[in-house]
Amino acid sequence: MLLCSKTLAQGHLWGDGMTTQATEDEGLHNKTSRSSGALLLEVQGLVRDFDSLRALDGADLSVREGTITGLIGPNGAGKTTLFNVVTGFHLAQAGRVIFNGKDITNLPPHRVFQHGLCRTFQIPREHQSLSVLENLMLIPPGQQGERLFNTWFRPGAVRRQELANRDKALEVLEFVELDHLHDEYARNLSGGQKKLLELARTLMTDPQLVLLDEPGAGVNPTLMHRLTDNIRYLNRERGITFLVIEHDMDLIMSLCDPVVVMSEGRQLMTGSPEEVRRNPRVLEAYLGGQYAAVEG
Amino acid sequence: MPPLILVKGLLLIIPATLLLLLVLPARRWRLPVAIVAGVVLAFSLTTSLPSGILAYTVSFATMGCVYALLTLGLNIQWGYTGHLNFGVAGFFAIGAFTSALMTVEAPTGIAAQYTQMAFGLGLPFLVGVAAAALVSAVVAFLVAVPVLRLRMDFLAIATIGVAEIIRLIFQNERWLANGPQPLRGIPQPLHCVVETQGCAWLPQWVTAVLDPLSPRDYPLFYLVIISLFVAGAYLLIERACRSPWGRMLRAIRDEEASAAMNGKHITYVRIQSFVVGAVIMGIAGALYAHYVVTIDYSHFHALFATFLVWVMLMLGGSGNNRGAIIGGFIVWGVWSGTAFLANAIEPLLALIADDLPRRAAYFRWLLVALLLAAIVLFRPQGLIREEKLVSRYLRK
Repeated sequence: MLLCSKTLAQGHLWGDGMTTQATEDEGLHNKTSRSSGALLLEVQGLVRDFDSLRALDGADLSVREGTITGLIGPNGAGKTTLFNVVTGFHLAQAGRVIFNGKDITNLPPHRVFQHGLCRTFQIPREHQSLSVLENLMLIPPGQQGERLFNTWFRPGAVRRQELANRDKALEVLEFVELDHLHDEYARNLSGGQKKLLELARTLMTDPQLVLLDEPGAGVNPTLMHRLTDNIRYLNRERGITFLVIEHDMDLIMSLCDPVVVMSEGRQLMTGSPEEVRRNPRVLEAYLGGQYAAVEG
Repeated sequence: MPPLILVKGLLLIIPATLLLLLVLPARRWRLPVAIVAGVVLAFSLTTSLPSGILAYTVSFATMGCVYALLTLGLNIQWGYTGHLNFGVAGFFAIGAFTSALMTVEAPTGIAAQYTQMAFGLGLPFLVGVAAAALVSAVVAFLVAVPVLRLRMDFLAIATIGVAEIIRLIFQNERWLANGPQPLRGIPQPLHCVVETQGCAWLPQWVTAVLDPLSPRDYPLFYLVIISLFVAGAYLLIERACRSPWGRMLRAIRDEEASAAMNGKHITYVRIQSFVVGAVIMGIAGALYAHYVVTIDYSHFHALFATFLVWVMLMLGGSGNNRGAIIGGFIVWGVWSGTAFLANAIEPLLALIADDLPRRAAYFRWLLVALLLAAIVLFRPQGLIREEKLVSRYLRK
């Protein structure tokens, strides 16, 4: 029953031709397509200092279209700082960020968003005093009702858009299975539900790339399954590319390919989950040299 | 019924009905009930109250309207966007002095030695109000660009500084608006309706109906004007706030980073809301100036024009426009009522110490402070809390 309603919602949401594909084997991975897409995001030599601490020290990264790229590394490796610089929350002191062939280095966040790049935050940042529904309705760009003139003199146009956005938000909520909570204050959701809401927000637009900062942190296994299913589904059926920071290795190994490893503000290596798992330098970065030696 | 009381009752119907519309819940029967009850209330007030008490009620309600506008402006800034603006008095002063300079005729001859002003254009009332709104907007924009980089308590300190600078300019710059001396003779709009010959442009029968009014009754007429301003401001603000615009403000107030990541231009929206709030405050200043006729710098102290407004908004309910207006009236009522209280307890204070009665006025501030503490402790969300649903288009 649950499955039926979900398929229906997906049919609505993702439009023509998707419904048939949606029901076909969900678990299938198409390894060949994962590394062959065009370059979508290219980070070249990013540098960012916080006082005397060099958080990013010439970080490079590339994300190919259609992949779910993992980003791992020990605490303090600069993963979240990389996200913050790419999305314009911190300024880069050197280096470039190329997205879809366009230079988006040091653009403010709202301009980055306009290029089709979304992100979620490590700690969910929901708009607490708004309902779950309006948290989503906030997002579509180009809303007529965000201009004062229109709220006074063109209420008809605002109303039409509001109702359309409401329907879309309800469909997205149905997809992430939060529709029963649409009228709840966002602050009252559980930690895991907030993570789902963060993912739902990225679906209110048409993003090409979504940056997920620890989507699995503090989420119980059931919700985690829903989260990863959703990510896989969106990647395959809607062609959304993901870049995922995560500490849960099981999640990374099952979800991501390729995996990028960062350490001390730089890229250490990139490869398939298998390659990363076998690489001694990765273990060394995580555990320090002496443990790697013992292991070897 | 004497014709004077009849005319007063007719005029009072408008503010009484507007007040009831604000207080009654939003049901289908609200408008007819408000009109009927408004008529009853207006005529029962004019027939039962002695004219002195009625005049007091009218002046109380007029000042309540001025404060309601200030609170509405602050609600956009603090209630919706979270700007901790402690500079309400500054924009209030700018509105008042701008409208005064636009509408007063520049003095000539001997009078010019006693009243100095940068200019006096003698323009109509509505031009003065519009200029007050415009100048407030420009000043608010110039202040906002550097100051809105600050958040919370830093913003509060910066804005209170700006408001003090504005007040001190009007206190010390004689050439601008008569320095520390009061600026007198601010014209009262449509004053001709209460004069014996009446307004020339009004139809004969209207002049005949209004004939019993004498200049003494002008405040009642002004109450009608200012209550219409409050109603208009409320409708426009409510429309803007209960739409994606208001939702954007609340989203930015709650969580700036995520609103930015969702494509909202944070700086622009924050400046916009600051300017819109300041425009409402400027209009309040203009309406205040035309009501009291004589203004000087001392009317724009932070205590009366900033902190009292804050208590009003806290009591009424931050983020709720109806609450803002109701809070304005209630706190203004408490403030005015404690004046009587302070007088009443003077003998009591004299028993404690000889010089205490002279300081009874400060007793009022003590009471307002206690009120503020009680609000924060027992009802931090205010009398009418912020509504969960922002967009009015989503209401069933």
